[in-house]
Amino acid sequence: MTRPRTLYEKIWDAHVVEQRPDGTCLIFIDRHLVHEVTSPQAFAGLRASGRTVRRPDLTLAVPDHNLPTTARQDAAGNRLPIADLESAAQLAALAQNAPDFGIRYIDAVAAEQGIVHVVGPEQGFSLPGTTIVCGDSHTACHGGIGALAFGIGTSEVEHVLATQTLLLQPAKTMEVRVEGEVGRGVTAKDVILHITGTIGAAGGTGHVIEYTGSTIRALSVEGRLTVSNMAIEGGARAGLIAPDATTFAYLKGRPYAPKGADWDAAVAYWTSLATDPGATYDKIVVIDAADIAPSVTWGTSPEDVVPITGLVPAPDSFADSSKQAAAAKSLAYMGLEPGTRMQDVAIENIFIGSCTNSRIEDLRAAAAVLKGRHKAAGVKWAIVVPGSGLVKAQAEAEGLDRIFTDAGLEWREPGCSACLGMNPDKVPAGERCASTSNRNFVGRQGPGSRTHLVSPAMAAAAAVTGRLTDVRELMD
Amino acid sequence: MTPIEKVEGRAIPFGLKNVDTDVIIPAKWLKTISREGLGQGAFETLRADPDNLFDRPEFQRAPILIAGDNFGCGSSREHAAWALGDLGIRVVIAPSYSDIFSGNAVKNGILPVVLPQAAIDRLMAVAATDPIHVDLDTQTVTTPFQDRFTFDIDPFRKMCLLQGLDEISLTEKSEAAIAAHEQKIAKTQPWLTPTLA
Repeated sequence: MTRPRTLYEKIWDAHVVEQRPDGTCLIFIDRHLVHEVTSPQAFAGLRASGRTVRRPDLTLAVPDHNLPTTARQDAAGNRLPIADLESAAQLAALAQNAPDFGIRYIDAVAAEQGIVHVVGPEQGFSLPGTTIVCGDSHTACHGGIGALAFGIGTSEVEHVLATQTLLLQPAKTMEVRVEGEVGRGVTAKDVILHITGTIGAAGGTGHVIEYTGSTIRALSVEGRLTVSNMAIEGGARAGLIAPDATTFAYLKGRPYAPKGADWDAAVAYWTSLATDPGATYDKIVVIDAADIAPSVTWGTSPEDVVPITGLVPAPDSFADSSKQAAAAKSLAYMGLEPGTRMQDVAIENIFIGSCTNSRIEDLRAAAAVLKGRHKAAGVKWAIVVPGSGLVKAQAEAEGLDRIFTDAGLEWREPGCSACLGMNPDKVPAGERCASTSNRNFVGRQGPGSRTHLVSPAMAAAAAVTGRLTDVRELMD
Repeated sequence: MTPIEKVEGRAIPFGLKNVDTDVIIPAKWLKTISREGLGQGAFETLRADPDNLFDRPEFQRAPILIAGDNFGCGSSREHAAWALGDLGIRVVIAPSYSDIFSGNAVKNGILPVVLPQAAIDRLMAVAATDPIHVDLDTQTVTTPFQDRFTFDIDPFRKMCLLQGLDEISLTEKSEAAIAAHEQKIAKTQPWLTPTLA
């Protein structure tokens, strides 16, 4: 009898090209997603060494990080120039490198353009059981459909372009099991914020996390992508959720998904990937869904999570001395006093978007709270940024864009936007943002910006009241 | 990549925990299409403080950085490793690193040394006034005061660092195995090759 294996081990084993005596493996990469920020030096390296892209057919390039989210074309369909010359040069480099190396390229004005981690699953380019890499740490996202997906550096981007492989050490495995039905107002984002607060920002370092349990099984694919997306915030390079009927229903008929007999064969294979009974993990964390509240971050590490009904913690409430020092620094940066009720924290900016929370379900959740309401006077800037052109079109077909604009929020073009302070969408220094993105790091949304991570429904609630708000108060 | 074996010099006693790559190099510096010159933007937000460690005369071009737990967490940006390299750093010493950062460091000839917190605390104290010596071959960190700490490192990474190896050339030697894997997949899982309907 073969040894019972986890989902991670099965995908790993199926991709070992060669094993070295020290345990390092040459792993085949099935899908390589490329964006404009972490690829120019890799393409330059290929040119300098006279190398080509080994498998352009397994590679897909799309611009997202630098693109402004304001209109990209004028009324006549002419492209509008990008004011930031460095951004424009980086975007132009990708538009040139992709055809030069024979890679599929989704243009900035194409209907399919969007955040690379929204586009991959949406196009059916990301598939269960595959290995997926991208020069972006939120590649962990694609684990939501059962792919072993992780972020890589630019040297590794060049390595994959040249050889379609990576040299890797097997990771340890960690199971995060969430059981039970979530309470009212609790979304996939609250689940992953709660998990990150529980395991800590380094809790998954060296591990691949498989999310299991009835709570995870009950999530839509959009929700699973949100959970796996933030595996990296818990220190894990990749997250995984076993593909099931929900996954297959989501993928069927997508442009690059298998068709006909191939589809049936693929589904049979994907079904076989689930962790075997009796397989063991190196670490197990069990969470009761009943303990998860609508959640919010107070500090500058994604582990700094409290329920919205909670208080800003005092640094001396932490056991470990380095965490006490970090908390004191965080609170000074965030301009918060220990003991303050999270719900009393005033918010000037709202960002609904990012690879964590910009899919159709996220926009529907935000719109449900905003319908018939208006943003508070104290909210100066509030934007909704769909994850892709296709999400945007779907939202417009459902009338969600009107709900947002009627509520005083701006409806934007797809891109990474205010998640990372790289394009024009930034949060001003000293101001707070209720943000559906994934990182509350110092300066992440712009120099001096103060980020509170929340779900789309909670961001919408904060927009309505002008302070961090328990979304349950705005639900019927 | 420049090989690395022995590094001796001042060590910046930084010591902070959970330092993310946004802190090491903020996003505005990622717009470059080159690997050069990123030292200017390294730790920019911290260096806005005139009393910051990095700009003190005694730590100019210091080859060693001492950090806290989970150094380099967050974004996969290799610009963080390029920025440290451009500052002159060849060795980082910390209790742990994010997986992506430590990989990026090695690929750029920067040695990520892992030592327990007690050793870090001692090295932080020494670094305030005296140099530190790191020897990759013997896997030791020593001080002028007879402290001696040994560290573990993956043998493959050690070899790459000692020889300054280009990993792509190494992988290209496995061409036959890669081609065999591709042929097997084409036969058993033809749907893995994406085609538009």
